[in-house]
Amino acid sequence: MTMRRHLRPLLAPLAALFCTAMAIPALANPYEHTLANGLKIIVKEDHRAPTAVHMVWYRAGSMDENNGATGVAHVLEHMMFKGTPKVGPGEFNRLVAAAGGRDNAFTSRDYTAYFQQVPKEKLGEMIALEADRMRHLTLSADEFAQEIKVVMEERRLRTDDQPQSLLFETMNAVAFKVHPYRWPIIGWMDDLESMTVQDARDWYERWYVPNNATMVVVGDVDHKAVFTAAEKQYGALKARPLPVRKPQEEPTQTGVRRVTVKAPAELPVVIMGYRAPVIRNVAQDVDPYALELLAGVLSGHGAARFSKSLVREQRLAVSAGAEYDASARGPGMFYLVGTPSQGKTVAEMEAGLRAEITRVQADGITAEELNRTKAQLVASEIYKLDSMFAQAMEIGQLEIVGLPYQSGEQIIEKLKAVTAEQVQEVAKRYFVDESLTVGVLDPQPMENAPRRPAAAARH
Amino acid sequence: MRMKMKALFAVAVLLSAPLAMAGVKIEQWTAASGARVFFVETRALPIVDVQVDFAAGAAQDPADKPGVAQLTRGLMDLGAGNMNETEVAMRLADLGARLGGGADTDRATVSLRTLADADKRTAAFEIMRQVIAEPRFPEPVFERERARSLAALRESLTRPDTIASRAFWAGLYGEHPYGRQPSVESLAAIKLDDLREFHAANYVARSAVVTIVGALNRAEAEALAQQLTEALPAGGEQAQLPAVALPPAAELRLPHHAAQAHIQIGMPALKRGDPDFYALMVGNYSLGGGGFVSRLMKEVRDKRGFAYSVYSYFAPMKEQGPFQIGLQTKREQAADALKVTREVLAKFLTEGPSESEMAAAKANIVGSFPLRLDSNRKILDNVAVIGFYGLPLDYLDTYATNIRKVTAADVRAAFARHVRPEHLVTVVVAGD
Repeated sequence: MTMRRHLRPLLAPLAALFCTAMAIPALANPYEHTLANGLKIIVKEDHRAPTAVHMVWYRAGSMDENNGATGVAHVLEHMMFKGTPKVGPGEFNRLVAAAGGRDNAFTSRDYTAYFQQVPKEKLGEMIALEADRMRHLTLSADEFAQEIKVVMEERRLRTDDQPQSLLFETMNAVAFKVHPYRWPIIGWMDDLESMTVQDARDWYERWYVPNNATMVVVGDVDHKAVFTAAEKQYGALKARPLPVRKPQEEPTQTGVRRVTVKAPAELPVVIMGYRAPVIRNVAQDVDPYALELLAGVLSGHGAARFSKSLVREQRLAVSAGAEYDASARGPGMFYLVGTPSQGKTVAEMEAGLRAEITRVQADGITAEELNRTKAQLVASEIYKLDSMFAQAMEIGQLEIVGLPYQSGEQIIEKLKAVTAEQVQEVAKRYFVDESLTVGVLDPQPMENAPRRPAAAARH
Repeated sequence: MRMKMKALFAVAVLLSAPLAMAGVKIEQWTAASGARVFFVETRALPIVDVQVDFAAGAAQDPADKPGVAQLTRGLMDLGAGNMNETEVAMRLADLGARLGGGADTDRATVSLRTLADADKRTAAFEIMRQVIAEPRFPEPVFERERARSLAALRESLTRPDTIASRAFWAGLYGEHPYGRQPSVESLAAIKLDDLREFHAANYVARSAVVTIVGALNRAEAEALAQQLTEALPAGGEQAQLPAVALPPAAELRLPHHAAQAHIQIGMPALKRGDPDFYALMVGNYSLGGGGFVSRLMKEVRDKRGFAYSVYSYFAPMKEQGPFQIGLQTKREQAADALKVTREVLAKFLTEGPSESEMAAAKANIVGSFPLRLDSNRKILDNVAVIGFYGLPLDYLDTYATNIRKVTAADVRAAFARHVRPEHLVTVVVAGD
């Protein structure tokens, strides 16, 4: 109730703006504008349906945390829904729902982002709500005490009771010794247990400022109206110097690392992680694009090599895949993952994955395989236009890792230009034991599984 | 290309502006094959989505062979017509086309997304036709896929969520086809001929529903629907599913080592096309469906920190699909969380929603309606449900009006009819 009184004057003038401005021919779509306080705004007009997606991205993810307070980026994400002086606890969700909207947020190693999908007339209200919580979060101790329990339940659900998540978490903690990618986004349980509201406040003060944020809107909107609304809502917020981000470069690895996770499960899993580069300069880089194509040739579609050879012909694997993300703020990793078929060992699975890499290193790939993978890319670019959300995600993810949002198309061109020789070249260059970490899930029988305590007793 | 699309957008915006809520225009006809066809022409993007649904879900499994529907649908993509499994996958990949689908309880689905260029889409449609009508079911592929399914089943049987979900469906439906689930033994006993027979009996033109959304004209859509279904057997009258017998209230507790207990509460509740549908949607929004603003979310998560995820929903099906409440909580507090959840439900059943909850539910369900139709994919999903379940063609056009009409008294009465404590089944896995 209090909140409604507070918000209405805040929002009323905007509604008019969004209804009238329209039908200006799109020329330089997407459009970009930066406020004096450093907040960057990117608007992509898409007039297919009368809706819009609104996102605010903060360049603050788990890689910006410190040991002992891991998980705080994600905890703060939860606390962002717990109220400001104008918008009480839980009211943010209620207002979005009342506007016919859907909202949520996500935290990654590299960023924290918030979004709402709304009928287009409601975009102005969403901008006002996001601007309010960028600088005026209450962060009460009582709300924190409840919400940290929810986050611990989330960790139990997504990690502690999921053998494959435990494997992935442990494997990364071994693959990275220095870089903060070594700890999980959700944080170690012990850090969550000892976290205080002050940790959340410190985090918020450090990173939640307009000059550390990017606002992205995709939808049936007029970009000028969006810029005006952003200026009105965010204009008064002050820029603030950001803390120095230490590089924390991961030292060169000098030998294979191995780790085993035992957990009650039926199927073993092997993950092999090779250190790999990521895109730092869209125009000049070559290797990240070749690695993307390699991932496609290995497991990008139903006829790719892993599926064809490891699953179908050799029947070595129940499933096998390759994963590589060419855009990241921190160090890159090319993952090979396999689950051996019944009667096959993890050693055989690892040998099978290695054999596929050796085959590329020795014989390269065919022009047909390369073109097939490129055909997937081209089609994906068109299919992506069917989702405003996917388009907003792409813009946000590029910006947040420091690549210009316009580079989406250039990246596709670079991918299309990759040659078979370049793919073979990166297979030779990066798939070496010196930079390899192998994680194995060693399944334990259910009968012998000790009942797990929900949390270490601290009190 | 791009310029042309832009121009089209501008015109469309001007024309449609006064009718902002104008619905999706669905064209409907029956193909010569006997298949029912639902078509939405939209040219904003150069893509075509096609989906063909059959009444060939797990509910049609032979009684002693649960798992046949799933395996059959899985094998169809793995060799068809003049292509072996690798050729199917390679040709699709070369075209940039995506074949999808699967089998749920009522439905088996084959779906395709392709670029609209004539050469690409024509080739993609032909692959889809062969997958639907001429699957090869090769013996070695069958044996491999059955082994993979067995491995996946064995793995999933170690997971608390799977254990809870299987116990829940078995508890709700018992011997009804909706209650049958594959076991390691039943899956291992399935033979290749079971798949061939299942395909011949259930992938028939009479039960086929073809949904097409995208950059085609009516004549092209008519030709496509006929092409995809003309080689199918016409099919006879399919046996009706038996009525669901409501279970007596029960509480099942299953041991597990997990850190979190998985709790599910529910009963068979709602058929597609039931007139109480709208009242139940509005009511459930306030109970546990409305994301972060429901009573369950407030009481279980926000006030007590008991769970990350807590929800309730109705899943309307051909016969009565489940009403279900679900949550996961640290095992030591399972009893407390269950108590709170039951209190929230009991209070809601007694008192129904408040007027402010009614207003909030309607504002969100009506207000968010455009978000349910703002992509070709979403239009396809909605229209396919209309087609398969025989909902009225104006279902989307009248949806908002039907939601607005619901009163708090309607919600109370509808919940009293569909959610009855004497039939509620509770499953707790890994609770202390």
